[in-house]
Amino acid sequence: MSAEEKQLYSVSIYTENNIGLLNRISAIFQRRHINIESLNTSPSEIEGVSKFTIVVNMNEVNIKKIIGQIEKQVEVIKAYYHSLDDIIYQIAGLFKIKSELLFEERQIQNIIKESNARIVTVNKEFFVLEKSGKKEEIVALYNKLSPFGIMQYTRSGLIAVTKEEMKISSLLQTYNN
Amino acid sequence: METQTINQKETKAKKTERISGSEAIVRCLIEEGVDILYGYPGGAIMPVYDELYKYQDKIHHVLTRHEQGATHSAQGYARISGKVGVAMATSGPGATNLITGIADAQIDSTPMVCITGQVPSHLLGSDAFQETDIVGISTPVTKWNCQVTKASQIPEAIAKAFYIAKSGRPGPVLVDITKDAQFDEFDFSYEKCTQVRSYNPVPATDIAKVEEAAKLINAAKKPLIVWGQGVILSEAEEQLKAVIEKAGIPAAWTILGASAIPTSHPLNVGMVGMHGNYAPNILTNDCDVLIAIGMRFDDRVTGSLNTYAKQAKVIHFEIDPAEVDKNVKTDVAVLGDAKTSLDLLLPLLNDNSHADWHQKFKDLYQIEYDKVIKNDIHPTKEGLTMGEVLKEINIQSKGEAAIVTDVGQHQMVACRYADFNVSKSNITSGGLGTMGFGLPAAIGAKMAAPEREVVSISGDGGYQMTIQELGTIFQQKAAVKVVVLNNDFLGMVRQWQQLFFDKRYASTEMVNPNFVAIAEGYYIKAKKVTKREELAPAVKEMMESKEAYFLEVCVEKEDNVFPMIPSGASVSDIRLE
Repeated sequence: MSAEEKQLYSVSIYTENNIGLLNRISAIFQRRHINIESLNTSPSEIEGVSKFTIVVNMNEVNIKKIIGQIEKQVEVIKAYYHSLDDIIYQIAGLFKIKSELLFEERQIQNIIKESNARIVTVNKEFFVLEKSGKKEEIVALYNKLSPFGIMQYTRSGLIAVTKEEMKISSLLQTYNN
Repeated sequence: METQTINQKETKAKKTERISGSEAIVRCLIEEGVDILYGYPGGAIMPVYDELYKYQDKIHHVLTRHEQGATHSAQGYARISGKVGVAMATSGPGATNLITGIADAQIDSTPMVCITGQVPSHLLGSDAFQETDIVGISTPVTKWNCQVTKASQIPEAIAKAFYIAKSGRPGPVLVDITKDAQFDEFDFSYEKCTQVRSYNPVPATDIAKVEEAAKLINAAKKPLIVWGQGVILSEAEEQLKAVIEKAGIPAAWTILGASAIPTSHPLNVGMVGMHGNYAPNILTNDCDVLIAIGMRFDDRVTGSLNTYAKQAKVIHFEIDPAEVDKNVKTDVAVLGDAKTSLDLLLPLLNDNSHADWHQKFKDLYQIEYDKVIKNDIHPTKEGLTMGEVLKEINIQSKGEAAIVTDVGQHQMVACRYADFNVSKSNITSGGLGTMGFGLPAAIGAKMAAPEREVVSISGDGGYQMTIQELGTIFQQKAAVKVVVLNNDFLGMVRQWQQLFFDKRYASTEMVNPNFVAIAEGYYIKAKKVTKREELAPAVKEMMESKEAYFLEVCVEKEDNVFPMIPSGASVSDIRLE
């Protein structure tokens, strides 16, 4: 893949847990007219340090510049970018479907089994399916279920761990010394 | 000495006093060495003003006539002194009026702390009277900002604000403080901030990179230095001078780098960029090694990037890693503080003179002189030129004055023709191009450096954007020399209309008021010059005045600023006419 060619990148940003930082980071993308494909924030492996995982479709030349702009923010500890090949990632999808379909459309049960989806809850009106995996797997399940009618569908942001080490703790130590 | 500091710190840390948040704000400012701040009172910041009243023997609050003026004054203060400028405003419109100045300080890396009052915390988000989300609004144009809703958070927030504003690549920060946090009492103690764990303001200089740079420079036949404001911000003027003299390298400057090396220095080859000098622009595309120091390759400097210095190896001395390879791909990037890096570079450089290469600059200067400069500063036509006004100011100030400009044609002329003998003498809005910057910035500069002659030069357009600050000059008795170069046009836009829009002068002609009467209305001595023979005596009278002085010079209406690199063209396609 050339540095000029666009591809999906996962951007991992370790930050202080401060109000307003999301605004500061998303503004960096907005200013350059870059659409955020997905965004997730959560605590990280280090206490008091938050982690943003942002997926964008960009070329490598520009993602490097974006990383520089992100790291420039005072409360950002470190930012990394990875192609999807360099990370282990998961996306979760939730499907809300009418319960009667489970009995009327026997095929649905097979779809659930084949796709390794999990039934989270069932009641008289509806049941909820959860499927984690790559985006394509969740989309594939969506495509199979949608002919039967889906009441609600939602997909989470991508969350990832990297194959290589991210040396945040040691970096924090060098800043502190 | 060191023990003493530690002891003082210990005593300070132990000693706490129960005071209000608003008193704490003022005490924090005093602890940070703030002697002057600029601002405008209003509902949500009134408790702080009440404390400023009590502490007025320690800290001088300057009432500007508009909050924008407060930011520009704080910027002028910061730019001439190297200290952090402080501006204060109330919530809502007071806070939003700061934004232009904050954006200006952000793009021009000026250390500034803005303190805004905010509605009481229980009203946040309720669309209360004069409530605005100033933290949200200011986020993209601040280096850092925060909202404080508890009195006890004030010392830490302000300490952090000053540290972040001044350290590394400087910039503006904003601290928004709710009114209840100003009223509440807490146990006050103050400790300066010396580090923020997620923030690495000055990357360590890598000696291996310095060696690589030195190798390229020593091998170069046609090296060119372009320095920017980074040299001034890191106070590396002596280091830069030593480097260019030892290695015999012609050195050019960006608009914000002006004055770091005296204009008269034989290796100072002038300004780069859109209205910069002919030689350094043309020869940017002829040099074999381009050494950029504390500059960021702004588009007004580079013109078209596709044709910018493609033949050259590029070395970039830079404190901000995000600037490296942002616009121009570098061969060697030396991260770190310019002063440190240049100190390390100097002993590695060979003595050199590059006489033939330097001759090229002289030859091109001669062409520029004959075609442009001569007519600008020694005009033979009837109408006055902006250039000859600058020449008179140079003569009368002996090149010692700090020149504060607004934005437009006069700004380019001032930067091209002002003699700078002292660093931090060119205060101008470079990156944002903020019309209205000049007059209030000059007030801040004069108050920060009362011993210096400060000359504000504006056009008739920008001057009227912040003209109300004449009131501040009068009230503060700030001896600013205010020059308006009046061509009854928004000259720079008119120039573009002439060159690129077939002379369709859409909304650029100004029907102007009696500027002398306005200045006199503020009890400021004032004079208007329309003829060449009146100019020299008037400038002399202005410069000799111990008080503020207003001088309007009516210049030729449709003069253009040349040389010029048309927008999007290559630096080597610079036009002389």
